[in-house]
Amino acid sequence: MDATILLFLIQDGVTNGAIYALLGIALVLVFTVTRVIFVPQGEFVAYGALTLAMLDTGKVPGTIGLLLVFGVCAFLSQLWNGWRDMDLARLSRAAALNLLLPVVIAAATWWLAPMKLPTWASVALTLVIIAPMGPYLYTIAFRPVAEASVLTLMIVAIGVHLAMTGLGLVFFGAEGFRARPLTDLTVPAGPLIFTGQTLSVYAVSLASMLALSFFFHKPLFGKALRATAVNRLGARLVGISTSLSGSIAFGLAAVLGALSGVLIVPFATVFYDSGFLISLKGFIAAIIGSLASYPLTALAAIGVGMVESFASFYASNFKEVIVFTLIIPVLIWLSFAHGHADEED
Amino acid sequence: MADLLTNMMNPRRIIFWLAAVALAIVPAIPAIPVYWVTLLDNIGLAALVVIGLVLLTGVGGMTSFGQATFCGFGAYATALLTTQYGISPWLTLFAALAVTLIVALALGFITVRLSGHYLPLGTIAWGIAIYFLFGKLEILGRNDGITGIPPLSIAGTQLSDSRSVFYVIWAFVLAACLATSNLLDSRMGRAIRALRGGTKAAEAFGVDTVRVKLIVFVYAALLASVSGWLYAHVQRAVTPTPFGIGASIEYLFMAVAGGTGHVVAALFGSTLVILLKEALQRVLPALLGHTANWEPVVFGVVLVLILQKAPGGLWVFVERLLPKSPAPKIVADAAPLPVRGLPARGGNLLSLERVRKAFQGLIAVNDVDLSVKSGDIVALIGPNGAGKSTTFNLASGLLPLTAGTVSFDGVRIDGETPRRIAARGMARTFQHVKVLPDMSVLDNVALGAHLRGKAGVFAATFRLDRAEEARIMADAARQIERVGLKDQMMLQAGSLALGQLRILEIARALCLDPKLLLLDEPAAGLRHFEKQQLARLLSQLRDEGMSILLVEHDMGFVMELTDHIVVLDFGTRIAAGSPAEIRVNPAVIEAYLGASA
Repeated sequence: MDATILLFLIQDGVTNGAIYALLGIALVLVFTVTRVIFVPQGEFVAYGALTLAMLDTGKVPGTIGLLLVFGVCAFLSQLWNGWRDMDLARLSRAAALNLLLPVVIAAATWWLAPMKLPTWASVALTLVIIAPMGPYLYTIAFRPVAEASVLTLMIVAIGVHLAMTGLGLVFFGAEGFRARPLTDLTVPAGPLIFTGQTLSVYAVSLASMLALSFFFHKPLFGKALRATAVNRLGARLVGISTSLSGSIAFGLAAVLGALSGVLIVPFATVFYDSGFLISLKGFIAAIIGSLASYPLTALAAIGVGMVESFASFYASNFKEVIVFTLIIPVLIWLSFAHGHADEED
Repeated sequence: MADLLTNMMNPRRIIFWLAAVALAIVPAIPAIPVYWVTLLDNIGLAALVVIGLVLLTGVGGMTSFGQATFCGFGAYATALLTTQYGISPWLTLFAALAVTLIVALALGFITVRLSGHYLPLGTIAWGIAIYFLFGKLEILGRNDGITGIPPLSIAGTQLSDSRSVFYVIWAFVLAACLATSNLLDSRMGRAIRALRGGTKAAEAFGVDTVRVKLIVFVYAALLASVSGWLYAHVQRAVTPTPFGIGASIEYLFMAVAGGTGHVVAALFGSTLVILLKEALQRVLPALLGHTANWEPVVFGVVLVLILQKAPGGLWVFVERLLPKSPAPKIVADAAPLPVRGLPARGGNLLSLERVRKAFQGLIAVNDVDLSVKSGDIVALIGPNGAGKSTTFNLASGLLPLTAGTVSFDGVRIDGETPRRIAARGMARTFQHVKVLPDMSVLDNVALGAHLRGKAGVFAATFRLDRAEEARIMADAARQIERVGLKDQMMLQAGSLALGQLRILEIARALCLDPKLLLLDEPAAGLRHFEKQQLARLLSQLRDEGMSILLVEHDMGFVMELTDHIVVLDFGTRIAAGSPAEIRVNPAVIEAYLGASA
């Protein structure tokens, strides 16, 4: 192997790793705040990718229908679970957030999509469409069982994953899509060529991490989120609404997922079910970070990207086998380093 | 034989056997189309996997998204051995089980000691890895799989159609049902059920929780492997697809739909989901006139709804309609369990010498001396944060010591695990009651006798443990009578009041046949008359020769009851003596009321 190939593999690994890092961080965020192991994270990746790809060709994306379905379900779920203390103010607020907002977004998309927006505007529109799905999802599936065990929440997450993949098939079809790169820029650096797309992956990942870290330390919302992550009961006692924290965490996860999808779709054809495997690689990183540490998760994600890129060079047939087997040494290490970690008390 | 007969007279069992007979007749009726028989075959194959999953998830509180992978090991093992080496399918069953055993032991070994969510996450990851491996390995035929697998045959007759193989499949299902419900109704079964209540209580009664978790994990994997082995010989071909993550999720869905904790619920859940799947794949498209695939959406939504609205599964709704199971019979004249005999009154039973516990910089317990004489009730008291509970946990082995020694009946026990210390005859209760609310009082108390029995999984599944089990149950019943809970014996522990639960915990501790009882704030949260009852019970136990060390806040309770009191403040022992001495001790008064008092 010569140095050029080595550099290429490293570049490839870091690029994929940066995307896994975004997903890994979203998973850690959701887990620490809500204790949900958020298996459906990958569906936001697919939704984001497919939405951008469809906007790219001037079509109205199927996500609009999905958003309306999510909004209506969230509204019904709020009615079903909370009709006893529903007054007019609450009802109208719920209607505005869950019914009016998706209708407005859908109408705007309907109007904007055929205009063939510039790429940056399509990306922004994609994020606007997908972001509310996070809180809706939380309201529909997780808020009614917020105090259940981690295990139950995880099985709920699996159910949501099934439903969201199925809905993806219904709304996007079985066909795969690919989008134009965000820019046509290329920057040669020695033997390597950095495309605008690769550079935007780095830039977006770094910027998201910086923005998150700012968010956690400065605004009150962010601090509330962090407090919920440290101690749910304590947070509630000082007046933090844990369900608001949950909604915010899910919203952020949806945005991070959609962002990853937007970054990936110019590299590879994305299908309605492509997100699952991608986000599971983020999971491996998050597990290495013990589902708690953001920097460790980000580093591990780069490592996962590297292993994947080298594995696809040396043993392309066994790429997935090698990447997913990575978890075994990690579990052995966790098992003997921490051991006997228990959920009780 | 009489035991068997009474067992058969149980109305639930009668319904179960009638259903089994009805099921056995179905394929023999020529008018019933093959389609329905095939469906029943598929339900049986799934039920084998789901029974294991119910034991793992519903009873043991763990879960796996990798059960289909274990089916794959069973299926590929027999596919390879029968097609390449011409080995008889009945022999390859053992090979399939052996391969699965090794893999499940290895995977279980690295995950069961981790906290709850690592096991399912691990199973997803290696489930996917192994699925891809099945599809890539040359020897397993890559994505095309292996074809030409011979059917099973009995006495030269090939079982190559749905009707004939039906009996083999359902014989395995029946065997799995009986073995599993036998297992649940045994010493090991109680240990498995205790896992859900957290590991602390189970460990305190000598249950090796890591080993028990591993056993359950392997048991479920072996059942899945049998299902895979059968599947290979029914389909006569294997490909990677039925062993992927999607299939694993479907099995979990069946377990959740059926419900937790009951073997029949597994059969119910498999039936429901497979019928639902049939309806979605055949009936719905025919009605709607197009082929949109709504199956995952419906599965996902139903799964979420069940967990939100009926987390105990759907079987409970059917179960309510069935006649109640009769309460288990206690064989009062069963030979008593061996008793270790109490040490001579007045000897030194427990001695803590200069024990110290530092949490980083904070010294929680500072060179404390404490001793309990045989036949005494000793109380450890002190203001909040004095280090009482820490001292208590140092004695019972829950926390490691920083310095000092602990001896129990003349043997040094510091550094030993709570399990080892329990085996030496020290039994405890918990400040926050740790019982299993959906188990009967009797079963909860019987967990205390775990170390006094020996029967393992094998003995339990084949019902070779009945004599020992009768002795354990008789002893549990005796302890329940001893503490005065006789009328509540068959109730679910969850229906008891706090005071009764604390007494239940004492009965459970007595079931260990202890030399010393450790009671952690036994009167906390009790009403006045409950406290009086508790005090009567404790002095009755002392009269019977039991030694007791308790941590308590309630001064009145302690002063009236105990022989000796040790007072801690800020981790240091400030006084020790008889209640009368402590009452007038100036250091104690200062610690409790401040210097000016």
